[in-house]
Amino acid sequence: MEFAELLGHIRAALPEAVLEEHPEAFSPWILVARAQLPALALLLRDDPALDFAQLMCLSGTHLPAGAGEGDRLASIFHLFSPRHRHKLGVKVVLDSVDPACPSVAGVWPTADWHEREAYDLLGIVYEGHPDLRRILCPDDWEGHPLRKDYVTPATYNGMPLD
Amino acid sequence: MENQELFIQGSRVPERGPDGDLMTLNMGPQHPSTHGVLRLELQTDGEEVASIRPHIGYLHRCFEKHCEKLTPPQIVPYTDRMDYLASMNNNLGFAVACERMLGLQVPEKVEYLRVVVAELNRIASHLVAIGTCGLDLGALTPYFFCFRDREMILDFFEEICGARLLYNYIWVGGLSHDFPEGMDDKILRFCDYFEARIDNELNPLLSFNKIFIGRNAGIGVVTPEQAWAFGLSGPSLRGSGVSFDLRRDDPYSIYDRFQWKVCVGEGLVGQLGDSWDRYWVKVLEMKESLSIIRQALAARPKEGDVREAVPSRVKLPVGEIYCRTETPRGELGYYIVSNGGNLPERVKVRAPAFSNLCIIDEISHGALISDVVAILGSLDIVLGEIDR
Amino acid sequence: MTELMQTFWFWAPFSAVVIAIVITVNALFSVYMERKVSAWMQDRLGPMENGPHGILQTLIDAVKLLLKEDIIARGIDRPLFKLAPYIVFGASFAVFAVTPFADGHAAADLNVGIFFALAISAFVVAGIMMAGWSSNNKWSLYGAMRSVAQAVSYEVPISLVVLSVVMVSGSMSMQEICVSQAGGFWNWHGLSLHHNPFLVLGFLIYFIASLAEVNRTPFDLPEAESELVGGYHTEYSGMRFALFFLSEYANMLAVGMLATVLFLGGWQPLHPALGFIPGPLWLFGKAYGFVLLQMWIRMTLPRLRVDQLMHVCWKVLVPAAMGVLVLGGLWELLIG
Repeated sequence: MEFAELLGHIRAALPEAVLEEHPEAFSPWILVARAQLPALALLLRDDPALDFAQLMCLSGTHLPAGAGEGDRLASIFHLFSPRHRHKLGVKVVLDSVDPACPSVAGVWPTADWHEREAYDLLGIVYEGHPDLRRILCPDDWEGHPLRKDYVTPATYNGMPLD
Repeated sequence: MENQELFIQGSRVPERGPDGDLMTLNMGPQHPSTHGVLRLELQTDGEEVASIRPHIGYLHRCFEKHCEKLTPPQIVPYTDRMDYLASMNNNLGFAVACERMLGLQVPEKVEYLRVVVAELNRIASHLVAIGTCGLDLGALTPYFFCFRDREMILDFFEEICGARLLYNYIWVGGLSHDFPEGMDDKILRFCDYFEARIDNELNPLLSFNKIFIGRNAGIGVVTPEQAWAFGLSGPSLRGSGVSFDLRRDDPYSIYDRFQWKVCVGEGLVGQLGDSWDRYWVKVLEMKESLSIIRQALAARPKEGDVREAVPSRVKLPVGEIYCRTETPRGELGYYIVSNGGNLPERVKVRAPAFSNLCIIDEISHGALISDVVAILGSLDIVLGEIDR
Repeated sequence: MTELMQTFWFWAPFSAVVIAIVITVNALFSVYMERKVSAWMQDRLGPMENGPHGILQTLIDAVKLLLKEDIIARGIDRPLFKLAPYIVFGASFAVFAVTPFADGHAAADLNVGIFFALAISAFVVAGIMMAGWSSNNKWSLYGAMRSVAQAVSYEVPISLVVLSVVMVSGSMSMQEICVSQAGGFWNWHGLSLHHNPFLVLGFLIYFIASLAEVNRTPFDLPEAESELVGGYHTEYSGMRFALFFLSEYANMLAVGMLATVLFLGGWQPLHPALGFIPGPLWLFGKAYGFVLLQMWIRMTLPRLRVDQLMHVCWKVLVPAAMGVLVLGGLWELLIG
């Protein structure tokens, strides 16, 4: 399906889910409302016309402070349908102080580790994730390294970090 | 040893049987067959594994953080070091992603040479995977034979770009060096030599060895639905019978100009989607790669400068892209966000082994410890790209 | 003088020393042979640095091991840990006491020689169990458990096959068994299709089971490097590890010697006309041929999983060995 068709289909099923659409982007994506994400995820996977069976990649980003807004975090995942061969990017923008986002690990099991990585490196808390703990950094690391305002601590467990 | 302290709010804490006693076993970061620094925390009931918890991050080198301070040409050598067994393919993935954003078309010669080195690297990487698959199960000899042949490929790369393992060869817009004189003939001679080796040496010695089959058949079966759901890709996905290969189905290069087929597991011995199928797909892919290399070398333009389309400055336009390529391990994706400046805003790497590894708990229920080793070998992970 | 030499107080230490020298030289030679043979099979050269073509490599390795720090981790059960290598070594060592190196020349020619050899080599199991348990290491424990299960299980087919040889030879004395194979290689139990073809099958069974007894691939699960790091000897370093290493090769030679005595005529020459070549040379030549075969198999095959190993033993080898015993006995009765 083409992007416009996909969008029409999604809007028909969940009217308030899609906040913005970016068909002109190199990888077309939509911005969705946080509260609608669980329902949208199930729709994207289970609806036979959409049938997004594969979650290709889930990333977190730290959006720097823009015009008039503070800095925010975003969680974006890219989906692919092996049957229909169409792709879609789904982005959720989160507040940087309290970045809570519904987890899609129950829908696509591969998201389990990707979300753990986003939590580890950016601090996005995925609600409903079965086992949210750090994955790349040590379990007792402080801070979230990929944030733009991250400062490396001076020591870790007594060892100096230069 | 307490079992409790190691399971923190775990989701897959296994049910205690009437015996109630599970032993926690660490296939710790230093272990001969975890293919790198990987820690597998096994809960076992005797020899049988109840659950596996992989712990990664021992090789985390902050690739993505570094990218935010480097220009795209400077990022290319860093991409080498993620999946160090398939550096050409890592470079290629990044170069293709940047070129798509820039709308840059590389010359024909560059396309053909990229295909040749990417496929040579695919063979080299599969040789490591196949050799270590055997080595983990105690077959000491095929490992050396595989590495002997891999040495020849590394010698080619050394002649082409000066490096044996980390090449920094495929740049955004072109290549760093042209093939030297006589390179084509050497590679073609290697293709003939190696094809005979697969048929006469590798297959009788390892692939169809009764004991090897006994260790791998029916072990770690992955259904196609599981494969898609867990984000499996590459030989691990195709081993389950799914005919999906990014070179054909999500094209990023000129593979459509060659006659080749996507290698799929068929459950020849044991069950479809078992460890042996994943291994066999790699053997078949090596042969297909030889065929592609021969066709590419025959058809490639000899004239032209490989650096002519390389821009003097790579300034990615505003926007974001998720671009994926097929490495020996599967789908390598680069998610690049650019704000129009010299340095990218965010580079996220979707490593194939990262997703391939997380299925190990799912498929190891009831397996013995020896089977875990076999499954891990067939999944073919490289910690460099898992941890980045 | 000969009377003095035959007294216990001279003969026992003397033969012990001779056997100790034999075992040590064997270790030096076997390790070198293994490294070179495996290297040539794997398209590489093997040791080349120390001495011409690496001849001194094993010696230097032994010296290196002697110089290593003796590490005993916390939590290790010290008495068992220290005792285990000696038990393993002692058990392999004792088998050589009954093997005849030449006609009539064994350190102790017991009339229950083969029975003694089998019994004493079972002690290795105890030593391995001690090593695995005392190491306070789960991986060592796994290795030890597997090794015990394997060694004990494979003793059954070995005993059955040995019983058939004893039945055909008419004696448990190793010297007698060798004598009964006199006349040339066509009389050897393991090759004589006309004497008793079931013993040829018995030889094959013995070969496979012996691989399991000495923990060699395809039965080397107890020390499977890629799974258990080092199995039961993971925690051992320095001289204690050297002792385990030594006893593994001594065990291989012991098993080779038993096979030679039982099935290949022991010190008997290929043909009586070649009798001028001394007996020990024949014995060692055949034993090393057997050892070479074991190494060859190690380089070729992957290892069996523990349940497959048990399957091979109990469902394949034991019935086959029983068949050899029963049918071999019938053959002897009716035809032999």
